[in-house]
Amino acid sequence: MSARADGGGAGGDVAVLGTGMHAWGKWGRSFVEYGVAAARAALADAGVDWRDVGAVVGADTVRGGYPGYVAGATFARALGWQGARVMSVYAACASGAQAIAAARAQILAGLADVVLVVGADAAPKGFFAPAGGERPDDPDWLRFRVLGATNPAYFGLLARRRMAVHGETPEDFALVKVKNAAAGALNPYARYRRPVTAAEVAASPVVADPLRLLDICATSDGAAALVLASMAYARRHGVADPVRVRAVSTVTPVYPRTVPDLPDIATDSAVGAAPAPCSFRESIARAAYEEAGIGPEELSLAEVYDLSTALELQWYEDLGLCGEGEGARLVREGVTALGGRVPVNVSGGLASFGEAVPAQALAQVCELTRQLRGTAGARQVPGARVGIAVNQGLFGHGGGVLVVR
Amino acid sequence: MVWRCRPVVPGWFTEGGDDGGFRLLGTRCTACSAVFFPREDVHCRNPGCRGGGELVEVPLSRRGRVWSYTDGRYRPPAPYVSDPAVPWEPYTLVAVELAAEALVVLGQAAPGVGIGDLAVGMEVEAVPGVLNEDAGTGTVWTTWHWRPVAA
Ligand SMILES: [Zn+2]
Repeated sequence: MSARADGGGAGGDVAVLGTGMHAWGKWGRSFVEYGVAAARAALADAGVDWRDVGAVVGADTVRGGYPGYVAGATFARALGWQGARVMSVYAACASGAQAIAAARAQILAGLADVVLVVGADAAPKGFFAPAGGERPDDPDWLRFRVLGATNPAYFGLLARRRMAVHGETPEDFALVKVKNAAAGALNPYARYRRPVTAAEVAASPVVADPLRLLDICATSDGAAALVLASMAYARRHGVADPVRVRAVSTVTPVYPRTVPDLPDIATDSAVGAAPAPCSFRESIARAAYEEAGIGPEELSLAEVYDLSTALELQWYEDLGLCGEGEGARLVREGVTALGGRVPVNVSGGLASFGEAVPAQALAQVCELTRQLRGTAGARQVPGARVGIAVNQGLFGHGGGVLVVR
Repeated sequence: MVWRCRPVVPGWFTEGGDDGGFRLLGTRCTACSAVFFPREDVHCRNPGCRGGGELVEVPLSRRGRVWSYTDGRYRPPAPYVSDPAVPWEPYTLVAVELAAEALVVLGQAAPGVGIGDLAVGMEVEAVPGVLNEDAGTGTVWTTWHWRPVAA
């Protein structure tokens, strides 16, 4: 890579000055309360006064369907209007990652020195569902109306396909839950903090064959926030060696997408177009690696969107931690467990947190930051220097955030 | 009551045909041959398309092979229609690879076809099916189902 200011990626590094979270769970309170708690914690961690924040970016919370997105200004108002630039970002599960991308772009463009990023949600119980009404122009509405296809239905299709093609078993999938639950038991912000056995996974009810209840993440309340800053601001602030965001990838898929995915009823056709060089999830990771000039062999740890146990195995391959079809071997051999060569989801993952959609990608970066600072306590990955967080949301949204120290 | 059949989405499959004539309907770009299902009627979405083509309706292959399958053991939320007073009967969902169109189409399996009746790679065919009946308006909402091809 060419010489770069601050030793960063193509556009330079931004510093992670502060992290803050509200514990995940079902707390029965407003997302604003969770988000403000996380924001205040992040500001305190950074040692930054809210009035010195130049911009606030909110990852959107869905209220009453598409017209009901609220975030940036909601948090800014609750913290006390102070005249900052404001932005709100919706990208389904990738909302938090795209909020980081927006904050980083403002910092690198010189529009703001220090930016507060917040995501929070109070999720309804049960399956996620689209907004009401007759809306056949919405692909998310259509898949429920025409197929009854819930999110776990798509996870089940992927899991069954992996069983057929790679010979994985439900017992392999359960190992992911056992691993993530063991890590989550060490995380005070996780909703589920109890170790889980393979027998418990096997005894839980089938939701979408072959996946069982304990293979699939729950919905939760929760919040996470980051204070990001220019490297110059960090130095002036007395932080010489902060954890740095080196790359953020927010790429779209490349036509034709050939693997069925949320919320589509069919894939693109590969007639008349060569298949894309790599899958969407692979391209999310690849774009982050290329921007950072860092490869998967340099990762100390990774946080991945384990919406289901089988999906986590898929991510191992998409991240380049192993070859195609080798995901189960990694979890069987303990490579991705705490103490393994490249621990994955040491936070406990979605398996331990559940989904609080706009907050989760931010929570992943909170965990990476704590790990790279060496302050993750009993979950600490020794000597962690490089981490990646990846996620994927509806409608071709995805995000990868690569952080270094 | 006079029941009237209506497709759950107009234009996605043939209506009124017997089992043998039933087809899913997509569109094909005359410039680049790309096929779209559900139908794309406005712009070809292939970024490599030279443009200038038309999107013409094409019937999709009647038969394909199972890419994967799963089921829904819990009642899905609205807008899926089901009677909360009736115990939930799991539906089976099948993803089917159509070789000629080089795409995968999801659909519910025909009534009575469960997880145990399916395998990845098995040949299936598209058949007309009923999604739900609305007694209030006398409407039978029709759809497509995937059914294993008798060996
Ligand atoms: Zn075309």
